[in-house]
Amino acid sequence: MSIIVGEQTKLVVSGLTGREGSFHGLRNRAYGTDLVAGVTPGKGGQDVEGVPIFDTIEESVEAAGANTSMIFVPARFAAPAIDEAIDSGVETVIAITEGIPVLDMLNTYWKAKEAGVRLIGPNCPGVLSPGKANVGIIPAQFFDPGSIGVVSKSGTLTYQIGNELKQAGAGNSSIVGIGGDPIVGSDFIDILTMYEADPDTELIVMVGEIGGDAEERAAEFISSEVSKPVVAYIAGFTAPPGKQMGHAGAIISGSSGTAQAKKDALEAKGVRVGQSPTEAAAIAVEVLRGS
Amino acid sequence: MDLLEYQGKQLFAKHGVAVPSGEVAKTVEEAVAAAEEIGYPCAIKAQVLIGGRGKAGGIKIAADAAQAREYADAILGMDIVGPHGEGPFRVDQVWVEGGSDIAAEYYASVILDRGEKKLLAMVSSQGGMDIEAVAAESPDALVKRHIDPTREFDVAAAREIIDAAGLDEDIGDQAAEVLVKLAEVARSEDASLIEVNPLIVTSAREVVALDAKVTIDGNALYRHQDLAEIADTVDDPQEQMAKEKGLTYVKLDGNVGILANGAGLCMSTLDVVAQAGGAPANFLDAGGGSKAEAIVNALEVITSDEKVTAILFNIFGGITRCDEIAKGIVTASGQLDLGVPLVVRLDGTNSEEGLAILAEANLPNLHQEKTMLDAARRVVELAGGAS
Repeated sequence: MSIIVGEQTKLVVSGLTGREGSFHGLRNRAYGTDLVAGVTPGKGGQDVEGVPIFDTIEESVEAAGANTSMIFVPARFAAPAIDEAIDSGVETVIAITEGIPVLDMLNTYWKAKEAGVRLIGPNCPGVLSPGKANVGIIPAQFFDPGSIGVVSKSGTLTYQIGNELKQAGAGNSSIVGIGGDPIVGSDFIDILTMYEADPDTELIVMVGEIGGDAEERAAEFISSEVSKPVVAYIAGFTAPPGKQMGHAGAIISGSSGTAQAKKDALEAKGVRVGQSPTEAAAIAVEVLRGS
Repeated sequence: MDLLEYQGKQLFAKHGVAVPSGEVAKTVEEAVAAAEEIGYPCAIKAQVLIGGRGKAGGIKIAADAAQAREYADAILGMDIVGPHGEGPFRVDQVWVEGGSDIAAEYYASVILDRGEKKLLAMVSSQGGMDIEAVAAESPDALVKRHIDPTREFDVAAAREIIDAAGLDEDIGDQAAEVLVKLAEVARSEDASLIEVNPLIVTSAREVVALDAKVTIDGNALYRHQDLAEIADTVDDPQEQMAKEKGLTYVKLDGNVGILANGAGLCMSTLDVVAQAGGAPANFLDAGGGSKAEAIVNALEVITSDEKVTAILFNIFGGITRCDEIAKGIVTASGQLDLGVPLVVRLDGTNSEEGLAILAEANLPNLHQEKTMLDAARRVVELAGGAS
């Protein structure tokens, strides 16, 4: 088992005929993901290296049996593309696109919720279940199959931690990049719930950063609903108040949302928090081996 | 992107929220001319992106031309430090507006609640003071209500919030209308935060926004031409340069220049440098898939900050290829006079090729480290400790 993507995944990529979409879509296929279709309006009937292209996602669901959609559409067209995916009949939508206006996502979030479709992202690296399937841009070579579930707001930081886990001989059930935007389809609590229920996951590593209160909410949730050990890392202790650093989500407003506040909230609920990505990985391995 | 008070007020006026009329001035002469036109008393207000301007002496009421001159002269050029030590922010323009005759001071805001994924309206009858203090000391005095995304937010819905906050009965509908318009500003201008403190009632019983704090979603600027023009004006020379080169750069106070790929890894790099006793000079995210040219640009921006005494490159290549980064470093060393030591940590995709390129180039002043923590310790050592 693993979560969100796996052997059952039948992937359709919106934007497969584009440069980024084809590069990553075909890379995902090379990893073993079952890439069944691409979608580009007006290009239905063509193919990209043998992958059939359809005009709409719905057609790809009917004709190719797609159940998971990946969105690589440019930011200003991405929210309508996600909306189309939600209506198409797929179970999961993974939105990689960065820079979608937050108010567009506000509407799209509630649309996905109402339809019961799992939305991951936007502005995220996707989901990897090592040895099974990779949907997104996560470089799979830094992760081995194993029993640690990772959930993270950040891409490169996750690769850093994954690589340290791999060097220590530990692997992952899944790696989920939830994205760092203010509004994301699935937050820490959604993914923690899935890992808690996943028999292959023994320990969870959670990677957060400044901004919002998703980590504080996760801390509350962990204390009452998660029986598996959780180890965390938080980035952004030296971020000055009021400055925005890259991710739209990484905004500090006032005193709440600081890295220190998040660390305190997690530690108060018994979650160990590493000082650096290296230390977080070391704690995870120590807890896993000790349990 | 945060708007200055007067820019926020212009946005309010566009949507029909009453604001005092006024003018922007960049010199004392302009300020006095504006005051003469507006009449007395008038307010002279420092335009900086930080709260606590009044306490810092950045807002004064002038009763005549002599006072307008005196206050404009004092405020223009002053440095304002925020209530939590932010800044200092240099005042290079003031907003001169007609004095208001205040009968009551309230508070109103509309912000994006990330946790609940809804817009949140907040109203209080205790305006004109630090709203965080009001929320902490008398939480009942701050009424918070989410705006239902499935229903129209009309005057009747807004009136419920206004009444719950206990604003004066006679201006209830007026205040509710303002709240509806603020929510409209949020939606139609892509504002993720709108705060009015104080929202005043004049003695003529008119509801007027006396201040404006507005944050616009940078991702949505492509559909707001007027606001995009404001975003193009950045004060800091390094930040301006980075913007022109398409880099995500934030200037900090220290002496250790930093470049990493990815916002999360970059923030984490700042943290480990601080833990090693150093003071980061900047945040610079080279982004995913960085090419050699981006590295040259990044080094140019980092070294243009004279405080920088050593630089750390922390790269974990995923989509980014370490050989591209190494080529960029070699090219930059040929084009720029770096003059300061450069500590490089390359790991991930094509790291071996990247390390080989650096070894072959045999650059002076370049130090390689295998891990992020060792690299942080080394750069702090080379930078000469904390500044």
